[in-house]
Amino acid sequence: MNEEIIIAGFGGQGVLSMGKILAYSGIMQNMEVSWMPSYGPEMRGGTANVTVILSDERVSSPVLNTYDTAIILNQQSLDKFEDKVKPGGLLLYDSNGITRHPIRKDINIQLVEAATESARMGSTRTFNMIVLGAYLKTKPIVALENVLKGLKKSLPSRHHHLMTLNEEAIKRGMDIVKPFHP
Amino acid sequence: MDIKDIIKPENLVYKRTPLLTSNTLSYCPGCGHGTTHRVIMEVIEEMGIQADTIGIAPVGCSVLAYDFMDIDMVQAAHGRAPAVATGIKRTWPEKFVFSYQGDGDLAAIGTSETIHCCNRGESIVIIFINNGIYGMTGGQMAPTTLVGMKSSTSPYGRDVAFMGNPLKITELVAQLPGTCFVTRQAVHTPAAVRKTKKAVRMAFENQKANKGLSFIEVVSNCNSGWKMTPVAANKWMEENMFPFYPLGDMKVDGRIVSKELLSLAGVKTE
Amino acid sequence: MGELQLMKGNEAIAEAAIRAGCDAYFGYPITPQSEVLEYLMSEKAYERTGMVVLQAESELAAINMVYGAASTGKRVMTSSSSPGISLKQEGISYMAGAELPCLIVNVVRGGPGLGTIQPSQADYFQSTKGGGHGDYRLLVLAPASVQEMSDFVKLAFDLAFKYRNPALILSDGVIGQMMEKVELFEQQPRATTFDQSWVTTGKTPNRERNIITSLNLDPVLQEQHNHHLQEKYERMKAEVRFERYHCDDAEYLMVAYGSSARICQKAVLLAREKGIRVGLLRPITLYPFPSEPLLELSKQVKGILSVEMSAGQMIEDVRLAVHDTVKVEHYGRYGGVIHSPEEVLDAFMKKIVGG
Repeated sequence: MNEEIIIAGFGGQGVLSMGKILAYSGIMQNMEVSWMPSYGPEMRGGTANVTVILSDERVSSPVLNTYDTAIILNQQSLDKFEDKVKPGGLLLYDSNGITRHPIRKDINIQLVEAATESARMGSTRTFNMIVLGAYLKTKPIVALENVLKGLKKSLPSRHHHLMTLNEEAIKRGMDIVKPFHP
Repeated sequence: MDIKDIIKPENLVYKRTPLLTSNTLSYCPGCGHGTTHRVIMEVIEEMGIQADTIGIAPVGCSVLAYDFMDIDMVQAAHGRAPAVATGIKRTWPEKFVFSYQGDGDLAAIGTSETIHCCNRGESIVIIFINNGIYGMTGGQMAPTTLVGMKSSTSPYGRDVAFMGNPLKITELVAQLPGTCFVTRQAVHTPAAVRKTKKAVRMAFENQKANKGLSFIEVVSNCNSGWKMTPVAANKWMEENMFPFYPLGDMKVDGRIVSKELLSLAGVKTE
Repeated sequence: MGELQLMKGNEAIAEAAIRAGCDAYFGYPITPQSEVLEYLMSEKAYERTGMVVLQAESELAAINMVYGAASTGKRVMTSSSSPGISLKQEGISYMAGAELPCLIVNVVRGGPGLGTIQPSQADYFQSTKGGGHGDYRLLVLAPASVQEMSDFVKLAFDLAFKYRNPALILSDGVIGQMMEKVELFEQQPRATTFDQSWVTTGKTPNRERNIITSLNLDPVLQEQHNHHLQEKYERMKAEVRFERYHCDDAEYLMVAYGSSARICQKAVLLAREKGIRVGLLRPITLYPFPSEPLLELSKQVKGILSVEMSAGQMIEDVRLAVHDTVKVEHYGRYGGVIHSPEEVLDAFMKKIVGG
């Protein structure tokens, strides 16, 4: 198993922390992992992306040009990364703010209305966990129990009271993710 | 009477302090460095702190201070002595650390290190020799060269419009909250030497009590650089340097005592 | 097995410093390595081990604080990124001259000048050929993983003290910023005894005064000192370290260190999928450079691609090592752009296999 993922969106959407939770989840499942962010202008509203690799073997390059999975959370990222998904790979996206939807027919495209759902749940902070749930439903490469362990490990202890809410958000994401056919 | 009849212990009136090595001083006759070295070494000897003292030598005439002072010493890059001293003092807070620097080293290339070390209030002693010129490199203009004063790079005199103003860095550091004791002294007369020694003693006592940074400026002549005899250089120093760099304490125990500085701060002293 | 953590390379450096019993860190913020100082502060290193952590007013001040503390025999370090390392060169040259052990970490970014904050490997010459003025060398270690960022802190300190020489960890924005799993080594105690033969901790009655200086006004004495340094740099060659990756049956070779080596590992796998037998030699020490293992490998291969995020610096050492017996070409994106494994493979096919 070797899963190469790019997560891309705006700073403030929880892109980097979602990647970190995924990486920690991989460690909980005895996988080799790497997490490589775009760094620099990481302020709220700027673009942010992170490459996460989960593998049964030693991770070679932490920097990639093509991906098994692209998790796309804004239009710029869709424009930039749609072509970089390997044929047969997965593109998971949130249509909030998207004006031009994906067009590729050789990949699996899944849609998760995470922004809408997080607003419905009354906490926009659940946004990235809904997206994570949607991903895990589509590609169950890490067991939910390991994801929850990873989540706990990556959350500062002062945020541990949010574990239940986050778990609920992950499950909500699993429920609402649906295929998109261009 | 033979000279051997005179050299007897009971006739001894003056001797080299044991903390000065027997190496011949490399300084010009009449220069203030040798006297200042002796004063510092006497204080270290009297306080019995040789085994716990580390000195920092600068770049400039006193780069070889470690040849003359019989203590552990570190030679620093030009202007960086306060940073080197910080590195030592922070890792050995129980030791005595002092830097010994000239005006080019401390007030030109090392201004940043000087200001920030003083502002952090590192518990060290800085000895600052101000002779208004770069001695070692052959008499170029220093940050402290007086207006109108000639040097090899201001051969027609320091022109403020062209070369900027002389820097009173001691007045500057006196205003920083990290400094505890700031004074300006000289070593050109026995009385001046005694006052300087008292100041050096106070500075090391401050360090012992961990009171903050002590900064001692010693206004000195550079008779070679000024192209004068030692006697004429001291006279010129009194007539020209002292009016611009007045001697005396500026700050004692963390309180500004200089009338000039207090009046600058709007405090009435009369 | 020790404690497993997911950490950034920069954080691993800082945590390893605490655990290696480092006595002091002096630094100044610069992207992409500011996490080192941030981590030491947020972790309260000064409470965990009593380590001194100080944010200096500049890189110049920081390296000279290192110089001061190193003069007294303490295990002391600083970290920065390229423009800041340039500023530190004065102090590094003085430390090489005065033979002071210390650790310097460079998390390289693209240059020249202010350049970019993105990763680069264009400080190879500066790191391996001296860097500041005068004839001197640093021990240079090039980590290619977060694990090595941690492990090399301890190794670098050990080597620095073994040879009384500054050691440099040459990393870059990729290794500094990425997170990987890292197994942390056990906390080591800070040193309590110091080699009284050279440290300036105060002259005690039982010894002569110690002087730390790099000055010798007599050129003949300075030449003798240089002979002594050169002899030491020769001895340091015993510390050469490298890693072979798929080299046994290799017909072609890539040479790359640090993040480029990671990217080349992937390129090697991609090439092997096409049936091309290529291996990778990863220098772990850049000074000393693994010239002999490279010469040995060169005898079995038809061509070598030196891969580095630079316009071609390490290639000079690769060419020197193989004595012109085999074709050697350089490939690399630079100025802050990271080459992809596909780009490396493409260059390899064009420059080495096809050429």
